Amino acid sequence: MSEPHGKAPQIDPVTGYGTTGHDWNGIHELNTPFPKIVIWALVLTFVYSLIAWVLLPAWPVGRDYTRGILGLDQHEMALERLQKLETGRTEWLSRFKTEYFAALQADAALMARAMPAAERLFLDNCAACHGNDATGGPGFPALNDHSWLWGGDPDVIAETLHVGINAPNDDTRWAQMPAFDWLERSEMTALAEYVSALPQGTADANAPAATLFADNCSACHGETGAGGLANGAPSLTDGAVIYGQDPDTVMQTLRHGRQGVMPAWADRLSEAEINLLAIYVADLSGNKTEPGE
Amino acid sequence: MSPASTLSRSERQIGFGLAVALALLGLVMAAGAGHGVMAVHGTMALALGMLLVFRVGGAFYDPQPDADRLNRYYDAPTRFGITMTLIWAIIGMGVGVWVAALLYWPEATPAVPWTSFGRLRPVHTTGVIFGFGGNALIATSYYVLQRTSRTRLADSISPWFVLIGFNLFCAWAVTGYVMGSTQSKEYAEPEWYADLWLVVVWVVYFTLYIRTLARRHEPHIYVANWYYMAFILVVAMLHIVNNLALPVSFGAADSFTIWAGVQDAMIQWWYGHNAVAFFLTAGFLGMLYYFLPVRSGRPIWSYRLSIVSFWGIVFFYIWVGSHHLHYTALPYWVQTLGMTFSVMLLVPSWASAGNAIATLNGAWHKVRDDATLRFMFVAAVFYGLSTFEGSFLAIRPVNSLSHYTDWTVGHVHSGTLGWVAMIIFGAVYTLVPNISGRDTMAWPRAIEWHFWLAVGGTLVYVIALWNAGITQGLMWRAYDENGALSYSFVESVRAMAPYYLLRTLGGAMFLTGAILCALNCWATYRLTPLAQTPRDRPLGLQPAE
Repeated sequence: MSEPHGKAPQIDPVTGYGTTGHDWNGIHELNTPFPKIVIWALVLTFVYSLIAWVLLPAWPVGRDYTRGILGLDQHEMALERLQKLETGRTEWLSRFKTEYFAALQADAALMARAMPAAERLFLDNCAACHGNDATGGPGFPALNDHSWLWGGDPDVIAETLHVGINAPNDDTRWAQMPAFDWLERSEMTALAEYVSALPQGTADANAPAATLFADNCSACHGETGAGGLANGAPSLTDGAVIYGQDPDTVMQTLRHGRQGVMPAWADRLSEAEINLLAIYVADLSGNKTEPGE
Repeated sequence: MSPASTLSRSERQIGFGLAVALALLGLVMAAGAGHGVMAVHGTMALALGMLLVFRVGGAFYDPQPDADRLNRYYDAPTRFGITMTLIWAIIGMGVGVWVAALLYWPEATPAVPWTSFGRLRPVHTTGVIFGFGGNALIATSYYVLQRTSRTRLADSISPWFVLIGFNLFCAWAVTGYVMGSTQSKEYAEPEWYADLWLVVVWVVYFTLYIRTLARRHEPHIYVANWYYMAFILVVAMLHIVNNLALPVSFGAADSFTIWAGVQDAMIQWWYGHNAVAFFLTAGFLGMLYYFLPVRSGRPIWSYRLSIVSFWGIVFFYIWVGSHHLHYTALPYWVQTLGMTFSVMLLVPSWASAGNAIATLNGAWHKVRDDATLRFMFVAAVFYGLSTFEGSFLAIRPVNSLSHYTDWTVGHVHSGTLGWVAMIIFGAVYTLVPNISGRDTMAWPRAIEWHFWLAVGGTLVYVIALWNAGITQGLMWRAYDENGALSYSFVESVRAMAPYYLLRTLGGAMFLTGAILCALNCWATYRLTPLAQTPRDRPLGLQPAE
């Protein structure tokens, strides 16, 4: 550092302040007095912090912390808020826990209050698989038609919601379409053609495939292929499909089998919410329970 | 002139040795891993090492650089760093626009794993923060450090080691993500060997900075250097602590963090927010404190304010990470501290922004006429806006509305597009002609176009996401008179459509501007070789080799 450092302070003509005399590659700095407003802002924000520290849990002290004179606990506050929301609902929602479906459905005023809430429950919990409009999709059954795997009455739907299908729940509904990969390829092809023709009613009842169907499929799907609500076997004649009923998809189903899962909702939704959803889903296909049941 | 021929013969020998060592390291990694992400990364290091062997080896018998070079600033690494800055800008912002478009057209996602949203999103964040921002910080720090110290960089190998090593880290990071490799820590996704590599690079960087500063010919250290040093030092600390992890094996890109549960979350956001503080703020304030007074020809408005703000920012920022974890399992008292320190942090932040804007007093006609200076002015304004917004969002009840919504994303982009990227562009347009011995960029009018595209894009983006975030927050917390939620989640998703389209448009405008900047720099580089400008002070007497 052989050269002289810095320069004599100069007066800046724009601001009237002197420079500090520092010079870094032409950069100078003004010797402006420290602005008072910054000090006041620091004081103000510090006072804000001080108040917050006094009122709220704030500073660690050993293994404990200062609790704050308001004595707030975020867990309790959250529970309180949830409880408050709960009380707003309890008045009408609790009826879904205790009353019969028919009585609930007959109460038009209650339905007008409950169904919008049910729709949001459906959209938040069911729509991810069954679709926003309940039309289902590949692998997920439609809920807005009259085709059911286990039944479309509210009490049956409520049970399905509770225990799920092939779900990790002790009482879950269980259904499996086994793989028929031990059949001859020609037999599978014939069966696939036969099954894909069932909804149109054009399947040839005298074809060898009809015998194959009777021997292998009718135990679950019924002699005519109309399905069975008792064991969750889908109808193969009503035109409703889960995976597809074209020959190629049926071939795949025959070769690999199917075992779709519907989660059990008993741990996620309350009893009342499940019943509310059951009525909502039953209503999607206009499947009303007769009053007075 | 190839960069290798700016080195003396003995430096070429060292460089050659380092290139061979890198190739060997890559070979060991690739052979040790055998397959998988780490093997690919080893192969990349091997290829880079071989390339450097040929580049340095090829220039081995070039004539020695003239002895007078020691009396000039060493700008070749800066020139390379700016090139990498702009390449990463286009990669990072390009992927950003693409993933923004995917949010509007989700069905456009190709059905292959490596282009899924979850893998590309960190490519965007790493590409822009580390690739674009990091290279800009390193390149400008070399430039600013030399000129404010009137000395040449302490040696000629370390600056290249830092830049090349850092870019290898970035390349490992983004290629790892698309192959599905991540630590699942936001902004700290790269795996353990990449993290270790970055530590080595960073230690060399800090050492280079300190050694050069020790040779300075100015009695005082300019405030910009304080900011750059805080950036280097604190980022090292954050990086090491947050990335402490046990590798599953030394031959695979998998590891477990040593932190658990809520401590893991707290360490992560202590890291995450201070990455904002020391990577995206402190370093860029250093950039602002050099380029703004140089470009405007005005003295810094207040020396005292610049020093007090520095210490204020450094002291307050380190406390505030817990405001990312309001209303979580993190104890309430940690949240209160994070909130209150965030509010106090506003004061030094605004003091810095105010100091920058007040510096422009007496130069407003230049702000009007010079798009480059206007970039810096807008940067200072957005710095003020986004730090105000940050302190505001850190207040717990406000956060209960904004958290998990796109307001957060809008806030981050008001900082990164409006402040960080703008100051980078201002610095690039000042620095690139300067190291080319020119008065202007090759296409001065393109800067004007870039400026309006950048400002327009930022405003469209930020305003769209403010609306998006507040809409989401209000929809999620709305209950009807029956005590049921007023909206299902999917309704709040549908409500986002117009805002997501607008943010894609805003991002595309910003990207277009960045491409213009890259072309402009390329054209300027092509016109003129590296040269000293008479505007810079001559160096002090340099120590002999």
